[in-house]
Amino acid sequence: MCLAVPHTIETILGEHRALAAAGAVRTEIRTDLVDDVEPGDTVLVHAGFAIEKLSPEDSEELKALWDELRALAGDPYAH
Amino acid sequence: MPISAPSIAALLGKISRTPLSVMEVCGTHTVSVFRSGIRSILPPTLRLVSGPGCPVCVTDQGEIEAAISLLDRGAVVAAYGDMFKVPCKGGSLASKRSGGLDARVVTSAMEVLSIAVENPDREVVFLGVGFETTAPATAALVSEAARRGVPNLSVLSFHKRTPPAVELLAADPDLRLSGFLLPGHVCVILGHAPFRFLPEKYGLPGVIAGFEPDQILLGLAEIVRQHEQGAPALRSVYGTAVKKEGNTKALGLLEEVFRHRDAPWRGIGTIPDSGLGLRKAYESFDAEKRFSLSLLPGAPPAGCRCGEVLTGKIIPPECPLFRSACTPLSPVGPCMVSGEGTCGAYFRFYKGDRS
Repeated sequence: MCLAVPHTIETILGEHRALAAAGAVRTEIRTDLVDDVEPGDTVLVHAGFAIEKLSPEDSEELKALWDELRALAGDPYAH
Repeated sequence: MPISAPSIAALLGKISRTPLSVMEVCGTHTVSVFRSGIRSILPPTLRLVSGPGCPVCVTDQGEIEAAISLLDRGAVVAAYGDMFKVPCKGGSLASKRSGGLDARVVTSAMEVLSIAVENPDREVVFLGVGFETTAPATAALVSEAARRGVPNLSVLSFHKRTPPAVELLAADPDLRLSGFLLPGHVCVILGHAPFRFLPEKYGLPGVIAGFEPDQILLGLAEIVRQHEQGAPALRSVYGTAVKKEGNTKALGLLEEVFRHRDAPWRGIGTIPDSGLGLRKAYESFDAEKRFSLSLLPGAPPAGCRCGEVLTGKIIPPECPLFRSACTPLSPVGPCMVSGEGTCGAYFRFYKGDRS
């Protein structure tokens, strides 16, 4: 039960309800906990509820961290 | 250079100098660590300890027995599937269902609303378990049931809050943990603030990580970096999914429906303010009130050492029941029942390698 799986929104079914797909599996999910979902959005689904929208890009924070780690390891490619 | 698991592991080997014990709090992290074989590429200085982050495992025996008692009294009891096999005095939800009682598996809390509407002459009770990830779904169910005035629905709210348990373990002198790999999805809901006590009060790194092997390794690398540079902090390496302020909609719903209360954790005991009970405004949906239940802490099965497993004090092979009396097909304790439980993960993946 305690697993979150990314799903892509396919159809908005009504207030707080949407049809979403994870691979070949289609499920009706609840969207009470996220704002303004549209078909094509990727959401993290946990126990039948979308808990957050996912962005396709790594955050800047992640890139900064990677550079800090490489600098600490003395990686010549760090900048 | 891409951020890949082998490149992060190579970096970890270069930067890790001091021996560290890091707890991965979440059961999904535990399973991912095993499945991917991460332990085999960690530097010898880094030890991973599994924590209490499996909702089935920490649900107290007395809480499951309360749900079973409502089945015996003729109610429909709906629960997530993982709860069905947890053995209790007098059987499990699954064995009660085989005996003809009306226990139903749901994959979403909102399904319980339909069950209640379709069975207006039955009492329908939802067994609400889990951490801050499942609690908003229960809150949405209660809020919707109140809005629509569904009189025959109620909830056993045994949801648990993660930060008080993490603080208990951070302060435990026997464990001597050096940092925490924090549960990514709990932090999607909570944001950063509830775990800031780790660096601020205990001087420990708290790093929020995702669940893929490369994300876990990156989280561990950040914990090591903080140690080596003497700069403990609360930081997310989970990318855009975790916002500093959390999911404000979910937090608003939790605040509206729940209040904090003391809660029993299996094998750990009662942790102050670690539970979520229904607020007074929603007490007509509180199954404990509706059925006048008085909850007693349940006794764990004889010989079961789930409590010590959940707090990272022993690893499952140190329990005499592991692999002999206790297996996934015939579990004695809940840590073996759930796919996310530490004993279940060790049963499937442990080959005697370094803990």
